[in-house]
Amino acid sequence: MPFWSPLALFAVVVALLVIHLAVPSTRAWMWKVSLGVGLVALTALVYLGLFWAPPEAFMSDVGRILYVHVPYVWMCMVAFTINVGCAIAYLVKKSWRTDALAEATAEVGVLFGAGGVLMGSIWARPTWGVWWDWDPRLISTTVMLLSYVGYLAFRSFTEDPERRATWSAAASILGYVSLPIVWFSVRWWNSLHQVQSTTQSLDSQMRIVMWWGTVTFLFFLFAFIVKRYEIARARQDTALEAPPEPAGREVTA
Amino acid sequence: MKPAGLLRGAWLVLKKDWQIEWRTKARLTATVFFSLSTLLLFSFAMGPGIDVLREHAPGYLWLGILFASVLSLGESFRVEAENQSMTGLLLAPVDARSIFLGKVAGNALLLFSLALVLLPVTVALYDVNLSRNPGALALALALGCVGIAAPGTVYSAMSSNARARDVMLPLLLFPVLVPMLLAAVSATKFALTQDAQEQLPSWLKLLTAFDLIYLSVGFLVFPRVVEDD
Repeated sequence: MPFWSPLALFAVVVALLVIHLAVPSTRAWMWKVSLGVGLVALTALVYLGLFWAPPEAFMSDVGRILYVHVPYVWMCMVAFTINVGCAIAYLVKKSWRTDALAEATAEVGVLFGAGGVLMGSIWARPTWGVWWDWDPRLISTTVMLLSYVGYLAFRSFTEDPERRATWSAAASILGYVSLPIVWFSVRWWNSLHQVQSTTQSLDSQMRIVMWWGTVTFLFFLFAFIVKRYEIARARQDTALEAPPEPAGREVTA
Repeated sequence: MKPAGLLRGAWLVLKKDWQIEWRTKARLTATVFFSLSTLLLFSFAMGPGIDVLREHAPGYLWLGILFASVLSLGESFRVEAENQSMTGLLLAPVDARSIFLGKVAGNALLLFSLALVLLPVTVALYDVNLSRNPGALALALALGCVGIAAPGTVYSAMSSNARARDVMLPLLLFPVLVPMLLAAVSATKFALTQDAQEQLPSWLKLLTAFDLIYLSVGFLVFPRVVEDD
């Protein structure tokens, strides 16, 4: 896998979201198309991953979880990165839209992250012989996940929408910053995770399937974020309409 | 505001907090007794085998400090949460960044004094040898306390106004503190026991990096956190 491919994933999702937000005519159909294509691609992935791709050299059929596990964790990272981008954007210029997008990406990111960690744990049992291990990527993903679960809980416990937006933006930045430090600190303990599952260390057929899986879940990621964003916007509207606006508080939409 | 004003404001906030603390002594007393009982509970939970206790003493010590820090951090903005004192403080006018620096210094000092109180207790309960490398031990404790205080101050400023604040603070703080805990426990371990592979400096460097990162992020973010109050 070339070094820029995570950036490419990130750029694709951001571009889709920007199109969705900026061009109103795409809002009605783009997420539906994305979800539909995703479902078709998922069906194909089941075939490609289970039957078409050759079994892994050392782990045989157990290794096939790779095609779902790795894309899940990537989607989680992409979602959290968009989240921290929204948090910084919100602190620079207040906007209900970035706040809603931050909420959406955090929740979808937690969903994919939890799935990824869970599958990683299931995979670890037959290959490493343990459910859990001191591995930098495992621990940093889990810590990241925990800090975003805290972030979501914090959001639901703060009632004032404006405070919630500002504070959760701060919490998101503080949580995200810890990611590289967690990675280094755990790496210094020890590691038995196999060398990073880059697509270059894989057979070409397996590489194709992994990319297929990644693109499949990218469609889902986009559709989920968009739907969750719309829910967040609707909730904001009801929350802001219900009581009269306190005087002197202005928030740009 | 000029840089001198920034530090002077921080000093005044620190002095104010310590004056309140000195007159009531509520926070320090509560945290000291809480962490003492935590350390005692660890030794009960692990049984009487002194070798096991000695080996894991740095971990128990830091968990004691960490749990106590939730109490003391939660209290650190309680004075400001009442009667809209935070607005008063901001209107005084005190630069919000001064409040951050002052509060971090106050919290770190409180945790460091707590750690100093706990050290003789670890000798008594876990039979550790403090005289091997006291300078490095003090440095590890100080850096670790700053590491808890820097993100903790930002989180406690937020959670002191949220519902269920006692639940929120550890939920937000603990995941972020994972690397700090790893580094602090390792540094303390190598300051207390043999450090054959000279690992101590690298853990101290990691702690320093953690502190600097969170001090600067907190410094940038904190004004936005308190501005709406």
